Amino acid sequence: MNKSENKLQRRTFIKASTAVGGGLLLGFNWFFSCKADTILEEEASKLVMPDNWYEMNGFLKIGENGVVTIMSPNPEIGQNVKTSMPMIIAEELDVDWANVVVEQAPLNSDLFKRQVAGGSQSIRQGWDSLRKTGATAKQMLINAAAEKWEVDPSNCTANMGVVNSSTGLSLSYGEIASDAAKMEVPTEVKLKEANDFKIIGNSKTNVDMEKIITGKPLFGIDTKKEGMVYAVVSRPKGFGMKLGSLDDAETRKVNGVIDVIQFGDINASRQGKQVDKVAVIASSTWAAMKGRKALKIDWIKNETLEDTSFHDSKLDELLKVKSEKPKRNDGDIEKAFKTCDQIIEKVYEAPFLPHNCLEPMNFFADVTDDKAEFSGPIQTPAWTRSRIAKLLGREEQDVKINMTRMGGGFGRRLYGDFATEAAEISAKIKKPTQLIFTREDDMTAGTYRPASKYRIKAGIKNGEIIAYHLTEAAVNGNMFDSIANYFPAGSIPNLRVDANTFESNVTTGAWRAPYTNFLAFAEQSFFDELAETLGKDEIELRLELYEKAKANPEAKYEYDPEKAIEVTKLVLEKSSWGKAAQGVSQGFCMYFSHNTHVAEVAEVVMKSGMPVVTKVTAAIHCGIVINPAAAKNQVEGGIIDGIGHAMYGEIKFDKGVPSANNFNNYRLIRMGENPAIDVHFVKSQESPTGLGEPSLPPAAGAVANAIFKATGQRFYKQPFIKELTILG
Amino acid sequence: MATYSIKINNETRQVDVDPDTPLLWVLRDNLNLVGTKYGCGIAQCGACTVHMNGDPIRSCSVPISRIDGASITTIEGLSENTSHPLQKAWQEHDVPQCGYCQAGQIMSAAALLKSNASPSDEEIDKAMHGNICRCASYTKIKAAIKSASK
Repeated sequence: MNKSENKLQRRTFIKASTAVGGGLLLGFNWFFSCKADTILEEEASKLVMPDNWYEMNGFLKIGENGVVTIMSPNPEIGQNVKTSMPMIIAEELDVDWANVVVEQAPLNSDLFKRQVAGGSQSIRQGWDSLRKTGATAKQMLINAAAEKWEVDPSNCTANMGVVNSSTGLSLSYGEIASDAAKMEVPTEVKLKEANDFKIIGNSKTNVDMEKIITGKPLFGIDTKKEGMVYAVVSRPKGFGMKLGSLDDAETRKVNGVIDVIQFGDINASRQGKQVDKVAVIASSTWAAMKGRKALKIDWIKNETLEDTSFHDSKLDELLKVKSEKPKRNDGDIEKAFKTCDQIIEKVYEAPFLPHNCLEPMNFFADVTDDKAEFSGPIQTPAWTRSRIAKLLGREEQDVKINMTRMGGGFGRRLYGDFATEAAEISAKIKKPTQLIFTREDDMTAGTYRPASKYRIKAGIKNGEIIAYHLTEAAVNGNMFDSIANYFPAGSIPNLRVDANTFESNVTTGAWRAPYTNFLAFAEQSFFDELAETLGKDEIELRLELYEKAKANPEAKYEYDPEKAIEVTKLVLEKSSWGKAAQGVSQGFCMYFSHNTHVAEVAEVVMKSGMPVVTKVTAAIHCGIVINPAAAKNQVEGGIIDGIGHAMYGEIKFDKGVPSANNFNNYRLIRMGENPAIDVHFVKSQESPTGLGEPSLPPAAGAVANAIFKATGQRFYKQPFIKELTILG
Repeated sequence: MATYSIKINNETRQVDVDPDTPLLWVLRDNLNLVGTKYGCGIAQCGACTVHMNGDPIRSCSVPISRIDGASITTIEGLSENTSHPLQKAWQEHDVPQCGYCQAGQIMSAAALLKSNASPSDEEIDKAMHGNICRCASYTKIKAAIKSASK
């Protein structure tokens, strides 16, 4: 029996002592497009809604007929937390999932912890508290029933929405909810054993499925409010530029255009820079877009207008530099390299990448003298609220943010630049405003995956790798401290990691699996090349290194060699490694990121002289899998996303101007270009880690290693499509 | 501004908009049918796919003046009670990740199945090539189309 002390603060258990008929926890029903009552009726179309709700705690309330509403705390970007987080609460509450209605919680830092979508952390960090939340409410229901029956609660159990006593009495959750809501919050609750899970581990359909497939309002861009206007913004067309002159005469003649304003508060900028922008305000999206097109603006040079060749030369210089403070420095690499029989050194180059969420950036703002209300797709609502509050000179508690489902995030929506823009515009024009980026705005406004280069140097002595030196040179930096402690840390005695940064005016940020989305490919294709040099099987080499790390636990490293071995062995078995059919070449990659170990085997066949990726097999250790169908979706998506960007993705710069601005000049992977994917999870009862990102980094490595087997060509640069030598 | 009459999901609607207004924005801004999504504005991503007289079109690139009098079906009008075989297959296969492109995917697939009840893998790839899924739910989309086909 798991016992868990309840450390949740009392204020997280606001109790309703009386029925709160249809009432909501929090006042976020100010959008007619997402009026709370409407949501309830729609989402629960197959359920009969109760007349009265009894609030058990900030996360859940129970109706007198046993229907349960669970608030999903974190932003939903497609990682499926809106379904999987409530599943964890429902499991410990012990209710029938068919009786659960899920609602998206708004931002409320008093009630909810870490309302962030990022770093594959929602499930990992939410696991304990979500379980306790469900278990606490269940205990309150048991205690209430026990009091009514005048028996000891220890003689009662609860199962599938019913409290039972050992004497044969029973009460449904709905019948006892009003009493339970008045009970003391227990200080210690029992958590279930993993073997007793009924909801966790069983696939549950996305709670927004019905809305998605019938086209109901759901995303930020779908927001409507009485009196709302639309804003489209002209931003500097290149990095390092500023507004020279503006002529808006033609714009003001466009039918539907209401106003043209200049804005750009220094407090709204993440870089702390004054950037003047021009917003066209109109009565429809199309009028705003047309009006923006009619603006006559000169964007003039303000700072260095950077080119790709400029970035290249800066990064090349930095690759030669040993940083003053290495990220890791085991043994003495210089001394070791001098004693080596053989040294291998390779350089790998990564381009800038835009995120290209299919729902372009947008945000709704309604700022008046007495209110500041926001709604939209945001991965970091709390951080964004604090920036908006600072910008508007308001108290944080006076700024309300409602989170909508997001049409993709991939890291782009961590940076609420679009939200602060909407805030500035609405505050200036004093109207409810929907800011919308066109695709061109979205792709050229920045916050790219930084361009970076890696130099990897390894020294071999007597057939062993004794020295390893990784040097990163990245635009605006691209190495989180713990990365240096990933593989091969602990398995090579002399190991040094340096990271050097070139500060650019091109804005950069986290892009799905930040820091490792390219490094994994560089490192893992380097290890295949090392194995070839050593005359060793590439799998054997890695297994030997994992064993060395295992035997060296005092070296601080952040992956688990045991799990690395486990996923490696599983993927070899499931992919029939080494037994591929004639004409099929297999490539391997194992990578640990975001607390999850993933091994992948890619299969490549040659078609008309071109290597084609036909299949990827993946083995994942992520602890307990909450929702298997959704987990599989994350893994499949991450792998195809990783392959697509490694194959085709690239943004270059010409005098500060990005090289691509829409899908006619920026290639994304499409149907028919994706391989079949075969996903296997290691069976585990460990606490869950995360899945939004970790399947992406190994994909490009596995593909590159398979293409080498098929063609003899090694890749040192992405996108691969530009590097590929067509054979035959 | 001009008045246009269009039959949307079997209901005749009148809108007063500029002739160059793309159908997409008439649907979203004027008629409050927001299921049809904006993704690129240049017919490259398929998020805005609807049917015009039964054929798939990218509504972001067709001005209202070109469709006066036509019959348009959007995701909202694809079926009564979510009963289209593709909608059922989408549920069965748990296709969506973020979900944003899915209306366009379903509308493209529905047009495909109407003209070809049992498409081959290659025919599915070809028909769906114009629809981007940034989350890359392609394997699930394909599996759902196959199970909805005869």
